[in-house]
Amino acid sequence: MAHLICEVVYRGIFQKNLASRITRGIVLSARKAGKWGIAFGRYGDSPQRNGIPAKDFAIVADTQEELEQHMARYEPKELHVTICVDDTLCKGVESWAWYGLQPINRLLLPNGHLLVSSTQSAEELLKDAHKKDAPYSLWILPGKASLAGLWVYKEDHTEVRVLGALAKIAPKILSIEAVAEAIREAEWGSDLKVESARKAYERIQGRPVKITDGNPETPYSFQMPKWWEMREGVTIPSLPIGKPIEGGEGYRPERSAVFKKFSTRTMRPVIDFDTCVKCTLCWLQCPDSCFDVTPEGLYDANMEACCGCGICEAVCPVENCITMVNEAAFDDNASQWEMWRKDKGAYKAWLGAKITDKVHVGRSHGFRYRGQYEEELKAGELELGGAALASGIPGENADQKGLKPNVHEDKSSSIVTGVAEAPGG
Amino acid sequence: MTVATQAAPAAIQEQEMLISGSEAIAEALTLADIDVVTAYPIRPYDTVMQAIAKKISGGKLVAEYIVAEGEHSQFEIVKHASTVGARVFCGSSGVGWAYAMECLVVTPALRVPMVAMVGNRALDDPGAFGVEHNDALFVRDLGWLLCWIDSSQEALDTTLIAYRVAEDRRIFLPIAISADGAFLTHSQAITKVPSKSLVDKFLPPYHRGDLQLHPDNPITVAPQVNEDWVIEIRRQNNAATERAYTVIEEAYADFRRVFGRGPENPWFEEYMTEDAEIILMGMGTLSLPVKVAIRKMREDGKKVGLIRLRWFRPFPYEQLARALRKARAIGVIDRDYSFGSPFGSGVVATEVRAALYNAEHRPPLIGFICGLGGREVTLEDVYKTAEICYSAAKAGKTERATYWLGVRE
Ligand code: SF4
Ligand code: SF4
Repeated sequence: MAHLICEVVYRGIFQKNLASRITRGIVLSARKAGKWGIAFGRYGDSPQRNGIPAKDFAIVADTQEELEQHMARYEPKELHVTICVDDTLCKGVESWAWYGLQPINRLLLPNGHLLVSSTQSAEELLKDAHKKDAPYSLWILPGKASLAGLWVYKEDHTEVRVLGALAKIAPKILSIEAVAEAIREAEWGSDLKVESARKAYERIQGRPVKITDGNPETPYSFQMPKWWEMREGVTIPSLPIGKPIEGGEGYRPERSAVFKKFSTRTMRPVIDFDTCVKCTLCWLQCPDSCFDVTPEGLYDANMEACCGCGICEAVCPVENCITMVNEAAFDDNASQWEMWRKDKGAYKAWLGAKITDKVHVGRSHGFRYRGQYEEELKAGELELGGAALASGIPGENADQKGLKPNVHEDKSSSIVTGVAEAPGG
Repeated sequence: MTVATQAAPAAIQEQEMLISGSEAIAEALTLADIDVVTAYPIRPYDTVMQAIAKKISGGKLVAEYIVAEGEHSQFEIVKHASTVGARVFCGSSGVGWAYAMECLVVTPALRVPMVAMVGNRALDDPGAFGVEHNDALFVRDLGWLLCWIDSSQEALDTTLIAYRVAEDRRIFLPIAISADGAFLTHSQAITKVPSKSLVDKFLPPYHRGDLQLHPDNPITVAPQVNEDWVIEIRRQNNAATERAYTVIEEAYADFRRVFGRGPENPWFEEYMTEDAEIILMGMGTLSLPVKVAIRKMREDGKKVGLIRLRWFRPFPYEQLARALRKARAIGVIDRDYSFGSPFGSGVVATEVRAALYNAEHRPPLIGFICGLGGREVTLEDVYKTAEICYSAAKAGKTERATYWLGVRE
């Protein structure tokens, strides 16, 4: 009797199709060895919302009865493998509704496996992933987060590379031969993809994570109220109004202590307070009221609230005043304005380093302009998740922001790259 | 995508697919070669819409796919299409189904054999997606035939059976197939998909005969009437509903003959009831945790069984009274509510209680409201129901008629 329970933690919309291919791939591979399986997603809105952490699951077992035994129909409580297809999710997962921040390794069984697709080192990832009270293994699949969209799929082989790696992690359940066969038969499969899966299988290595390793912070959580404690009439109280920041100056809106949004973020804005002209546009346009108004009339994006949508960058009229940077380049949510006013020189150096950080470049929010998809996929090293970005990357965005109008007009042949909301309801 | 076919009686004529309950319904609709389908998005019904759209765009199904501007029109369109002789499909969820209510009401009286899927969803407010059965239960008194399914396989099979039953001239009534949101509509399981030639042996074409709206058959449908006519029309509908007891049994028998699988008893699934002291009951996917819990409880010597109702309308009251005659206590788990009902019970518990009123053996019956809004029915919840049933069996009476389980209190 043997079974395997896996989850895929992914970004809503951007990786919805990727996650579903992986979980289907797991079940179809296991079926090759006569096993039974089921693939399903955690229900709710997350898969349909840009960037919101979401989950898909695959459970396989030797017999149907054993499968039923482990088939929690909502969310498995214990997992053998967590597959994290965007390394910034290692900072924790807060889903659509109020669940608190859940460590990426929360559901892993002792000696379970965390498989992360990342260009970061294990040390860097373990600064993000919370400490766990049981040892587990960390496996890094070298590659960028494969962010695409609802209507487009990024054929960078991530799905098959994950399956290949999984065959190394759980060879008793998923042999690499079964994986290869399932990939070949899949409507999205090919011989080249089988090769990619095999390469990942051969190259991937795990490393042990001790109970002393990891981010020591306690993730925020809260107690759900009892039925008789809840307000009647399906009502929730509003947040109180905000307060000045200091000396009666500035303004900081009150924010929910139990529902933050930062785990949705794959990029964050960094702000050059020295070039800001205080036009208020970022503050007005931010859909999440993230900006605190500082006593001197600057705008400081609050990193507990920011979901990383990039609108502030797009509306800021000053070139390179707001720049979106890969979230992986940061280890905390500290205020940039506090840093700036403490030491302006040091802040300038920090800001410059973030903007030009080439280790963490290659982050996009799905696609940021027409034609980026083609650019990214031009013959590239698949081990690194596709070709290096030529433009549209942090620090090099100015020409994509409309400052040089019509620059992409000629790419009318490119596919639709905008990320659409899912059908409503 | 296909994987190795398992040896089965009709092995050559069936292939395996990894599909969700919604996709399984779309497979069945393709095999049934439907003519008209209408769509208006609401989760989880939208998953069926998408699966059918893919079938049509992939050239696997030729049908009119009409996106309506709301659920009311959605059901109106297929109602009319059916009267001119089209095989139709439609569906919705939660308040979308409620928005179609005016049309749902008239469909049985017009004897329209529409097959609909209700992706069960909690009614607003609060806006939520999780499963509750109250949406489909809206129409339980109106002449709709109602059934619940619990797997992708059953979704596919029941859709075929539903057309066969609905389009039987003795019936000509609409059928709603209920599928639990998330647990069934969004879970992909390995499912046997039969060939079209096999399905053709089971499902004859739809002929509306003298009721068909056609220039060669001039009729008026749905005239306004006064009090001289209504009760007779209701009486006709009642007769058709009663005939469904026979027609459904015939359809399942034929299904077994053609496909070499399918249940002996169309009305409900019995799991380990043979020697059961306690019989738990429910509808839809809660069968899974209940079965797993029963297997665990049996290891401890507790003789618990499950009756999972498939058909709620017509309600198999005689069959149930027979199946329950040896139980020492009955626990009915309702994924619905009926505020202010007798004993504050859910809908199914109230119906089962009524079904047993004339029975010789009337064991204590306890209702459990559980799993509302998509809350998981846990193994612990099921152990609790069995425990409460055991104490009622011992006492020979019910302390309390209804319990709410899995609520934060
Ligand atoms: S990226 Fe900018 S606009 Fe978007 S949420 Fe963050 S601060 Fe607000
Ligand atoms: S949009 Fe740019 S310039 Fe305007 S207030 Fe914000 S940061 Fe300053």
